[in-house]
Amino acid sequence: MDQFTLNLIVVGATFALYIGIAIWARAGSTSEFYAAGRGVHPVLNGMATGADWMSAASFISMAGIIAFGGYDTSAYLMGWTGGYVLLAMLLAPYLRKFGKFTVPEFIGDRFYSPTARMVAVVCLIVASITYVIGQMTGVGVAFSRFLEVKASTGLFIGAAIVFMYAVLGGMKGITYTQVAQYVVLIIAYTIPAIFISLQLTGNPIPPLGLFSNDVSTGQPLLQTLEGLVNDLGFKSYLNQSDTTLNMFLFTLSLMIGTAGLPHVIVRFFTVPKVADARSSAGWALVFIALLYLTAPAVAAMARLNLINTFWPNGVGGEAIELSAIEAGTNAKGQDITWVQNWQKTGLLTFDDKNGDGKIEYLGDKDANELTVNNDIMVLANPEIAHLPGWVIALVAAGGLAAALSTAAGLLMAISSAISHDLIKGQLNPNISEKSELLAARISMAVAIAVATWLGLNPPGFAAQTVALAFGLAAASIFPALMMGIFSKRINNKGAVAGMLSGLIVTVIYIFLHKGWFFVPDTNSFTDADPLLLSIKSTSFGSVGALINFVVAYVVSNATEEPPVEVQELVESIRVPKGAGAATHH
Amino acid sequence: MADKSSSNAYWSANIRLITISLVIWFIASYGLGILFRPMLAGIKIGGTDLGFWFAQQGSILVFLVLIFVYAARMNKLDREHGVEE
Repeated sequence: MDQFTLNLIVVGATFALYIGIAIWARAGSTSEFYAAGRGVHPVLNGMATGADWMSAASFISMAGIIAFGGYDTSAYLMGWTGGYVLLAMLLAPYLRKFGKFTVPEFIGDRFYSPTARMVAVVCLIVASITYVIGQMTGVGVAFSRFLEVKASTGLFIGAAIVFMYAVLGGMKGITYTQVAQYVVLIIAYTIPAIFISLQLTGNPIPPLGLFSNDVSTGQPLLQTLEGLVNDLGFKSYLNQSDTTLNMFLFTLSLMIGTAGLPHVIVRFFTVPKVADARSSAGWALVFIALLYLTAPAVAAMARLNLINTFWPNGVGGEAIELSAIEAGTNAKGQDITWVQNWQKTGLLTFDDKNGDGKIEYLGDKDANELTVNNDIMVLANPEIAHLPGWVIALVAAGGLAAALSTAAGLLMAISSAISHDLIKGQLNPNISEKSELLAARISMAVAIAVATWLGLNPPGFAAQTVALAFGLAAASIFPALMMGIFSKRINNKGAVAGMLSGLIVTVIYIFLHKGWFFVPDTNSFTDADPLLLSIKSTSFGSVGALINFVVAYVVSNATEEPPVEVQELVESIRVPKGAGAATHH
Repeated sequence: MADKSSSNAYWSANIRLITISLVIWFIASYGLGILFRPMLAGIKIGGTDLGFWFAQQGSILVFLVLIFVYAARMNKLDREHGVEE
């Protein structure tokens, strides 16, 4: 059976499973549509949160970025896990106690202001749409290779699948679908990693393999890799090249962004009790850590295999022959057709600049003859390591599961913000439950269309686009939620001023570096030479958050105290006792 | 709802627990993984140093332990102050 047929069968079977679950668990009421009727066990909820949250950025993109960035990119690993500590301690239990459906609902009630609720809706939509663009990039990459179609066609197929189960199922459908997706994606991520770790180090546990000895040289794997990248003139894998300031702010931005992303927070509304909200965050991190502890091993090993493929005789010897790439077999008789296959997608390119019939992969930009898109590394990894066809097909299914599950969760958050917070909360409070559900489904369809269109022209690699979304959530939503719980003094004016200033400053900083509305060539600065010190646009979320905190504090202290009933609300969300099911207004 | 003084004591105990946890959270990631990495350069592990390990794996393990310890301590605190569900 050829690889294409195998991909179709494995990807098709997993999709049939997800859609089957979505239809089986169709939501009947608004409460089920948004929050799964609060009947979800913490462990299952943790798995679903894991799938919801680990997107194309984590699965497809992150290890590739680490493979080429080394130590500097550790911010992704720390940032995208450390946020769960903040969630478990600073937000999740209190928001569960509050007992409503959406993040803007909490902000609107706590800051006794429909304006605050509308500002939260805007912040949520800006961050979520940016996030979905990153997912669409990932979907495009995955489909372009595995279904052997153009990236744009892949994107349209993915959008149609997301539409089907998100629109039909609602939150309950998504929760059970996401449990299935978690299982698919974690198996797909770890199996090739185990194979490769065994090949390179003899250790079947990839996180341990990373710090073990390389079987071919007998010295530590990381030392072998560091030696190779140094010899080829690339930047160091182990040493820090980025500034400490930028690395610090980037990690912080990803952490508080994690705790401020509405589609993650909303997960904690679906557990039965306040105590479950705390442990759910822990379970989510257990399931996330399985991938995140494996990712740095995948990164280093993929880079090592890539270098060895293009330097089959060692870095001191001759580079790979162009004729070998064309034949699809190297001098050792190994199958290297993956190079040609990825070349067709346009995401891997080579050019024999010096005309010596060899492809030299070097750190020096002028002499280098090979360009590899970061986002292909994880997907190409099993092919590079000559793993069996079913493993390659499984990775395709896993990448798609990751991208689609997150896109669905985000679209859910966007649609509930529009139908529940904007239409029911503001424009038409007397809307019937049936019409509200219809509005939710229509806004989801519109959001999918917008995200697909923007996904055709993304501002960076999947994980970088997603990092921008985290910065936006960090600068706008997280500070308002945290202050709403931990301070009784922050009032409506302070919260609105804080959210708006954090969001606007961050959006402007991002647009100055990435182009206005991500339109190419409209930027005034680049991340290589940023406006402020060494702070890249992906790291600016922490600065935006700081501005948000300061503005909210100053404005609140200059204006009147919040009313007594709001102060009592804050008192009541601080203790678990008396948390019931979600209430309608 | 529990009476005011008990509820205040509950909240300050919670804040104390959060503060201690976040200090550990900070040291495991920003501290050992980034700021103090040069000071850990002498401690070698698998071809690199301890700071690299904390940045790529150690911090994640610390985060996991922190959340479960916090959840367990809070469950105990909830019962002691009679505010559990």
